[in-house]
Amino acid sequence: MNPSFGQRHQTALHACHECDLLQYAPHSDVQNVACCRCGGLLHRARGYQPQTSLALVVAGLFVFTLANVFPVVGLEAGGVRTATTLLGTASQLMRQDMLPVAMLVLFTGVLLPGIELLALLYLLLPLTLGRAPRGFPKVMRLIQMVHPWGMVEVFLLGVLVSLVKLAHLAQVHPGIGLWSFFALIILLATSASRFDAALLWERYQSCRATH
Amino acid sequence: MSRYPLSSAAARGWWHCGACGLLCRGVSEKRGAAAVCPRCGAEVRARKKRSVEYAWAFLLAAIICYLPANLLPIMETAMLSGTQNDTIMSGVVFLWQSGSWPLALVVFIASVLVPLLKILAMLLLLITVQCRSRWAPRQRTRLYRLLETIGPWSMLDIYVVALLVSLVQLQSLASIKAGPGAMAFGAVVVLTMLSAMCFDPRLIWDPIEENDDRQA
Repeated sequence: MNPSFGQRHQTALHACHECDLLQYAPHSDVQNVACCRCGGLLHRARGYQPQTSLALVVAGLFVFTLANVFPVVGLEAGGVRTATTLLGTASQLMRQDMLPVAMLVLFTGVLLPGIELLALLYLLLPLTLGRAPRGFPKVMRLIQMVHPWGMVEVFLLGVLVSLVKLAHLAQVHPGIGLWSFFALIILLATSASRFDAALLWERYQSCRATH
Repeated sequence: MSRYPLSSAAARGWWHCGACGLLCRGVSEKRGAAAVCPRCGAEVRARKKRSVEYAWAFLLAAIICYLPANLLPIMETAMLSGTQNDTIMSGVVFLWQSGSWPLALVVFIASVLVPLLKILAMLLLLITVQCRSRWAPRQRTRLYRLLETIGPWSMLDIYVVALLVSLVQLQSLASIKAGPGAMAFGAVVVLTMLSAMCFDPRLIWDPIEENDDRQA
């Protein structure tokens, strides 16, 4: 843990990114600091150290692979069995000439969350080893751009709704993929809740200074 | 356009880098001027680039797609008993009638209410910003924050269609095809998200001078 944890209380100049009020605000390690006018977040409390984030990301990548390899739900009716993965739904949509919808599912469900996890791995692994990853600013911007489009949790709710819709029609079997998606969402939410971009920037700058 | 309010960072020549959060020195008082962030190399501006124009463009496109998204079928089911076309609303009605009303409520909120409220809220934000209204800036900022959080949840129906389409391929028994409504609906979700991303909440506060704060 950070040795100065909870002791630092300097003030720093901030411009609120939501209302642009220029203000001095305490620079606390343990509390989020909000804008005094609009309540926007000025400064986040110290989040996970890079090694903690790295552990979450590696676990996330593992579960992400499981979630996309194993079927999410299976269906059995009249002796016919079907099962699908998220990738399978995209390819089926493509076969039905629904390319835009297929792309939307592919990008928001698989590609963008995958890219985000890989980009995080690329940044966090060298930083924990005390090296500055090449192209750090660009990759940080990539993560920021990709993040709002990752919709794994919405997909999970979609699975739930389709399970209920199908229960009347046939027997449904939740698959390994479904449980992996549950785990993935928990890991992604934990890692995002205390993702500390400011800390990564500090690490990056100090690593670059020493090498 | 008039100048920035005195209490704002832009008026004192400080710009917030949207990419890395560093407070940078602004280069010019002129609107639309851009600098480069010394830490991350991203383009820094006092306000997002052509925020109102882009937000309007995406919003109008979303409004145009909204009608086909709700009127055209998003799913075509072919069964032994015949074919059946499902729109978004009829899917909600089906869930309601089959007794799973909590789920019907969730789908109704995510697919019907949220896109409609997103469009109305963006209209409200854009019109008040263009009129340089001083009305309830704090509440409008909160509305914008809400818009950003609920944005992705309307994708729910797209995923449901995608799953049903690939699961229900039981040869002669039943098969489901995605309908043209799904495409329009996906477009509405993406376009409203883009519109909200292009909008700059700092524009809400630009007409408000220091003295107004207490009434706000």
